[in-house]
Amino acid sequence: MSPRIVYIAANTFREAVRDRVLYNLIAFALLLSGAAIFVGQISIDIERLVVINLGLTAVSLFGVVIAIFIGIGLVSKEIEKRTLYTVLSRPVRRWEFIVGKFFGLAGTLVVNTFFMAIGVFGALLYVAHKFSKPDALILVALYFIVLEFLIICSLALLFSSFSSPLLSAVFAFSLFVIGSFADDLRGFAGMAHGITRWVATGAAYLVPNFSALNVISAAAHQQPMSSQLILQNTLYALFYTAMALSGAVLIFERRNLK
Amino acid sequence: MKTARQRTTIIAAASLAISMAASVLLLRHIDRIRPQASIEDVLYVNSPRMIKRASLGFDGLMACIYWTRTVQYFGHRHFDYAHTYNELAPLLEITTTLDPHLLPAYQFGASFLAPRPPGGAGQPERAIHLMEYGIANNPDNWQLYYNLGFVYYTELKDYRKAAEVFERGSKVPNAHPFMKILAAQMAMHAGDFATARMLWSATYETARESNIRQNAIEHLRAIQLDEDVTHLEALVTEFGQRNGRAPASMAELAAAAHLSGIPVDPDGDAYKLTPEGRVLVENPDDFPFITKGLPPGYKQGPPKFHNH
Amino acid sequence: MAAIEILGLEKTYMVGFWRKRPKRALQPLHLTVEEGEIFGFLGPNGAGKTTTLKMLMGLVFPTAGTARILGHDWTDPEVKAQIGFLPEQPYFYDYLTAHELLDYYGQLSGVPGKDRKRRIEEVLERVGLTDIKGVQLRKFSKGMLQRAGIAQAILHNPKLVFFDEPMSGLDPLGRREVRDLMEQLKQEGKTVFFSTHILSDAEALCDRVAIIHQGELRGVGAVADLTATIQGKVEIVWQGTEVPASMKALGAECHITGDTVRAVIPENQQDAAIDALRRERIRLIALTPLRTSLEAYFVEKLQRPQTAAEKTLGTAV
Repeated sequence: MSPRIVYIAANTFREAVRDRVLYNLIAFALLLSGAAIFVGQISIDIERLVVINLGLTAVSLFGVVIAIFIGIGLVSKEIEKRTLYTVLSRPVRRWEFIVGKFFGLAGTLVVNTFFMAIGVFGALLYVAHKFSKPDALILVALYFIVLEFLIICSLALLFSSFSSPLLSAVFAFSLFVIGSFADDLRGFAGMAHGITRWVATGAAYLVPNFSALNVISAAAHQQPMSSQLILQNTLYALFYTAMALSGAVLIFERRNLK
Repeated sequence: MKTARQRTTIIAAASLAISMAASVLLLRHIDRIRPQASIEDVLYVNSPRMIKRASLGFDGLMACIYWTRTVQYFGHRHFDYAHTYNELAPLLEITTTLDPHLLPAYQFGASFLAPRPPGGAGQPERAIHLMEYGIANNPDNWQLYYNLGFVYYTELKDYRKAAEVFERGSKVPNAHPFMKILAAQMAMHAGDFATARMLWSATYETARESNIRQNAIEHLRAIQLDEDVTHLEALVTEFGQRNGRAPASMAELAAAAHLSGIPVDPDGDAYKLTPEGRVLVENPDDFPFITKGLPPGYKQGPPKFHNH
Repeated sequence: MAAIEILGLEKTYMVGFWRKRPKRALQPLHLTVEEGEIFGFLGPNGAGKTTTLKMLMGLVFPTAGTARILGHDWTDPEVKAQIGFLPEQPYFYDYLTAHELLDYYGQLSGVPGKDRKRRIEEVLERVGLTDIKGVQLRKFSKGMLQRAGIAQAILHNPKLVFFDEPMSGLDPLGRREVRDLMEQLKQEGKTVFFSTHILSDAEALCDRVAIIHQGELRGVGAVADLTATIQGKVEIVWQGTEVPASMKALGAECHITGDTVRAVIPENQQDAAIDALRRERIRLIALTPLRTSLEAYFVEKLQRPQTAAEKTLGTAV
């Protein structure tokens, strides 16, 4: 593996940080602290539930927004600003550029999530005053959220490789929403007939299945998760990401950079 | 000689195809092992009003989504011979709160909320509540009256109320003519096979949802069979009165009663005659909802829906 | 070994709403650049210079044709370690400092870690960027950005350097410095290929030039050859406000500007003219063999449509 991918990833991470993306953590911290304090004053029974649900949902939504906002410009901004010319005139392969950008963005999100996780556990400690063993499930939920991020990043990158930032944002966000309702899309497909059924079923399987990766309420209700399921979801996320990145590489390889 | 670019293209294309296939296969696998707690997840927020607020105004779409989930939910549980359908009422209530004009939901409720398990949720009162809500929101729709009367007739056996409802419904402009007929039938001949047949045929004709139509067909088959068995047992009694004994076989009975041949059930299997003179059906499991022709001590298994 | 061999590179774009209309940005181009020379690629704006450069860099894919750079196929990624590229009006990651930028580019070009730091300092000094440690590129002036651009182009000690309009945005001092730098590069044995529409720079710097217009190559050759002396004429300049009769007798064409007179006379009258001036005690200012300027050659090539023979040869006749 060429170190160039690492260099590009590191630079992408640096760009995100200098773009002040990590300041979102402040907003997140404020939100979570506010919720924890507020919740601590109402019913005793559901504060854990609220903190975990709210916290994890915020981690997920903040992360998706960041992934899309940064992801859509990863390629198009470099083309528009022509910073890409001096990079590609070096021994950098086009596919290395795409993969490097992906790892940079994914890395940014993992770091961001790490800090947010500390926040969630902190808020949980505040309202529940101690940790219990099933709280480890929160880690599983966070892991799944990171898998979601990998998919979103790869999709944002895919769209960025051929489309303007605005359109990319629309596509990526739409896929996120549709993917969250993937189970229902499958239901619709099941009720349709003829060619609509085929098209809907195809779409239902090709859309990223975020409902399978959303185990926030399960974690809140302390429902255990089989290791089989964790493994399969990991593989799914990896393959889906690989698919989107392959698409991005194919498109970018053929693009004339005017 | 392949250039680096061509090589990358081939590898990327292969990677795309393989990952796509792998994703789809994995997804199918994941669906199978995912905990079926998914619907309970969905109903974590059980209050229709809360969901309405959370829909941010996209009520119509959310109603469609919940309707889809309702059908899927029922279909899965029915397939698995479930004995409880606890989520059916909340799902229907959420769906109709989000969109009070989603008519198929009311018909679904009438067909499957009221009947006892495993055919339905066994909650006729909630079904009635749902129908009244529907009527309040859709006063120009005669079918809702039909659904309400249906519940009174089939599950609560409250024929007077059923007649009242059909009468109310018949007054709605553009009501189907059979509403008046049904009102009359209810009043006079509530317990007759003909009435029941009329009711279920009406359901079959006006319903578009496949589960409801299937259900109606099974009921019609059951009615046919019940009618046959009643008729045949009457013939056996007659035979006994004339000849002082039970018929030796179905063939003897058929000949004595001048039937055109050995009587068969709607599936084409011959009815059996016991030495005591009882008429039995060949495969009771194929006929959910029958009340006659069952062997003694027969426990009705899970209902099977045939494809007709 | 030729540094660059362009073998029929051509580019046709499909334009229009349905992308059906072909627009020829570059006709099939045949060009060779030798090692160790400074080669000028001249043409007005929109002539196809940048398109050619981008194709060589692999940023744009040719519709037809190939090229070889330093003996390798132009699409070979490894050859890029030996070339440097300065694009037109470059723009760099503005959130980085010059040091960080060069470090990043050095990494990508494969300059080993221990050498990088040293090379960066050397190259920054060479382009005249000092005292910019910790200053983000977004605060750089246009001239400073241009210098940073040159720095990144030569950082990894490439054998062949491509400059696209390297003088743009520079003040006269800056242009002088860039010219000096290019001369130094040549002395170090590097090949320099640069495109420009400023002819005086080309005339001063280049060994050979090519002229391109509307996607077509109009002329190629050594500057000296292209601006050869015209028909043995010389230009003589003296101080004064009148033309002496003796000069008029020589058949001189004279122009009076302020307190100097310029005259063009045949070469063989050179000595007679000098004697005439001395006799009249007129102060001689200059005597220069008259050469066509590159500009005149340029304008001529732009106006004259190419003959078929010139087109196939891709050279000037």
